[in-house]
Amino acid sequence: MNVLKRELLPLKSSNDVVIARQRVRQSSIGLRFSLVDQTKLVTAASELARNVLDHGNGGEMTVEELANGSRTGIRLTFEDWGPGIANIEQALTDGFTTGSGMGLGLGGSKRLVNEFSIESEVGKGTKVTVARWR
Amino acid sequence: MERIPVLRMGPLLLITIQIDMHDKLALQLQDDVTQRISEWGSTGVLIDISSLEIVDSFIGRMLANIAAMSRVLGADTVVVGMQPAVAITLVELGMSLPGVRTALSVEAGMELLYGASSLTQSGIADERSEA
Repeated sequence: MNVLKRELLPLKSSNDVVIARQRVRQSSIGLRFSLVDQTKLVTAASELARNVLDHGNGGEMTVEELANGSRTGIRLTFEDWGPGIANIEQALTDGFTTGSGMGLGLGGSKRLVNEFSIESEVGKGTKVTVARWR
Repeated sequence: MERIPVLRMGPLLLITIQIDMHDKLALQLQDDVTQRISEWGSTGVLIDISSLEIVDSFIGRMLANIAAMSRVLGADTVVVGMQPAVAITLVELGMSLPGVRTALSVEAGMELLYGASSLTQSGIADERSEA
């Protein structure tokens, strides 16, 4: 698998979430994703970027454009150095929330992508990696 | 400060969201709508989201909140113009916007609102009563 392009974006304010969404949109248009696929990936990015901001006290997003043989894809990595998640299974359950949200962020974005992985350590932070292939 | 305009058209409030909103702007809109309803005694709120390229859980919650708050203040809300890709994504995300009335176009949304408040305006309600 080749990484064609990699870019790091800060997630420190709600305006950074808007910029992150636009950056993911730009990559998915560039790789000629269908409109529905673009919308799914951008929506997942929006959920995960907001998580970084609201639960991780800010962090960063890495966008990677990938080529695997004839397939192209986008991998997004969201990383924060916040409090971490004690019970990942619970955090992935629809409706579970520690904040004021609806608890659809993690579980919902998992359904919008092809690959999803999460690593978290209490007191150290959280890293969520997602990918969607064309 | 940046704001989404809330227009008054007779008994209705018209809101067209045309920009990629950051979260504070969405919260500001919630406040503005409730303020205007109580100030102007509006009986209907029409929110056009045809320019929105995504609706995530935050924006979805904002739309549901506006509908609920308006309801409590005596106004009906209709969200119009959602793009098909947005609808597909929203449902897959797990949000089907319960409690939010929707319509495909501004015209259809207006008809719903005028019908709901049984107002005789611009012939819409008249046509309905004849049908």
